[in-house]
Amino acid sequence: MDAFLKIRGLKKHFGDKRVLDGVDLDVAAASVTTIIGKSGIGKSVLLKCIANLLQPDAGTIQLDGQAIAQSRRRANSDAGVSFSYMFQNNALFDSLSTFDNVALPLREATKLGRADIQQRVSAMLQQLELSDAADRFPGELSGGMKKRVALGRALITKPQVVLFDEPTTGLDPERKYSVFEMIADYRERFGFTALLVSHDIPEVFEISDQVAWLDGGRIQFCGPPEALNSEAQTALSGFLSKANYGRKASAQFGGTQ
Amino acid sequence: MIRTLGRSALSVVFELGEISLFGLGALRGFFAQRGRLAKLTLAIHEIGVRCFPIVATVGLFTGLVMGLQLYYTLVKFGAESALGTAVALSLIRELGPVLTALMVVGQAGSAMASELGIQRNDEQIDALQTMSIDPLGFLVGPRLVATLICFPILTAVFDLIGIFGGYLTGSVLLNVDAGVYWNRVFESVSWADVQGGYIKSLVFGLLTISICAYRGFNTHRKASFPGVRGVSESATRAVVWSSVMVLAADYLITSFLL
Ligand SMILES: Nc1ncnc2c1ncn2[C@@H]1O[C@H](COP(=O)(O)OP(=O)(O)OP(=O)(O)O)[C@@H](O)[C@H]1O
Ligand SMILES: [Mg+2]
Repeated sequence: MDAFLKIRGLKKHFGDKRVLDGVDLDVAAASVTTIIGKSGIGKSVLLKCIANLLQPDAGTIQLDGQAIAQSRRRANSDAGVSFSYMFQNNALFDSLSTFDNVALPLREATKLGRADIQQRVSAMLQQLELSDAADRFPGELSGGMKKRVALGRALITKPQVVLFDEPTTGLDPERKYSVFEMIADYRERFGFTALLVSHDIPEVFEISDQVAWLDGGRIQFCGPPEALNSEAQTALSGFLSKANYGRKASAQFGGTQ
Repeated sequence: MIRTLGRSALSVVFELGEISLFGLGALRGFFAQRGRLAKLTLAIHEIGVRCFPIVATVGLFTGLVMGLQLYYTLVKFGAESALGTAVALSLIRELGPVLTALMVVGQAGSAMASELGIQRNDEQIDALQTMSIDPLGFLVGPRLVATLICFPILTAVFDLIGIFGGYLTGSVLLNVDAGVYWNRVFESVSWADVQGGYIKSLVFGLLTISICAYRGFNTHRKASFPGVRGVSESATRAVVWSSVMVLAADYLITSFLL
């Protein structure tokens, strides 16, 4: 079976700096893939290429058998794949309230009526513990609250594909746990395909079907999280042990799912 | 030398082409938007309502000064009764459209360029794209349509207040007969003058707001610095460029109209 999202030989450079140098990655439909790697290695650049925000120098990205640029152009039609992106820096509209930020994609890109939107957004804000902040503006929110608003905006349209760029960075352990739980829960309910960038190792592995390690411009390892332990790659285990993978995952992450 | 000149001329032509496509894309995008009326109302507030005070004030002072200057020029020839004609025609044909456009650039255009520049740098424009919302139609479209509505109205306000200012200096302070002043105003202004002013205001409006929006929207491509300095550069360039283009376009249109 062909992968739902298929990346081949993806290259991207800025000036004389090669950031992506032949990335290959397959993502199955309705799975969660986590990309890990050092800061500044090109994880966000990879996501932006997939979102068609950056033009790669070489290589192909196919979503559901279609080139990504084409697929994004058809996104609003019934044949298109619905899609959302949670930015690392949130990219919220600072002149819109929390409520309006979350409601924006529903208002502008769907045919939902006012009452439906009101109800869906309120439910989302409640789930994200943001009901009290509905009328506040992004400038009046804490970093973690903004992250949750961005998460709400990404999930409100019930997209088929979601790219999360560090959805939990800067959240306290309890909120981090609930964000991961929410992603797992939404995946269960709506069966989206998710690509996740995270530094929250090992917690993020609990919700991942596949882990991809980006280093030196390529995916150096790709497999299920269980394979990470047995993996003989010294460089990867070096990275993981520095990321504190040494501690017991189950003790840290008291059994989700 | 000639080569550099040619190259910069070409790049200006190229850029004007890009700006026209940008403006057309925004206008077209606007009509595919949802909730157009609400968006248009906001944009009219931004361009029309918020610029009204400055346009009215500048209009009044322009009229006052013109009343004064023209009076002392005309009185030398014993022709001070022509004050109404001189004030009304120069305002309606030239100064009204030009100064209104310059004022709106200063008030709304610079703000628009920096706002769009910040939205670009903060990835808000990218975010719209990932949400399948057309950023041009959503952010720039309403402002361009509002321009089509607001510029002629603001220009008319400028003209009227300016003519009234000419009356204040000419008839109230100096000694042009009020009846003569107003009579000359009504007699000398023809429908063609008003039309010409109207065309100018529409062209200036589309030109300036497109340039300002284009500069801000493309901060990441056009500015020579990233970040805040890039945004401030975009805003300055937007104001300078649109002002220059207003005067250049004014010359062109006037030569066609006369
Ligand atoms: N628009 C750009 N112009 C120039 N260089 C860029 C641009 N975007 C990213 N880079 C460079 O590409 C490299 C990868 O950046 P990227 O943001 O993808 O890192 P990352 O893996 O997401 O890191 P982090 O975990 O800190 O978010 C960096 O060296 C960065 O300097
Ligand atoms: Mg990143």
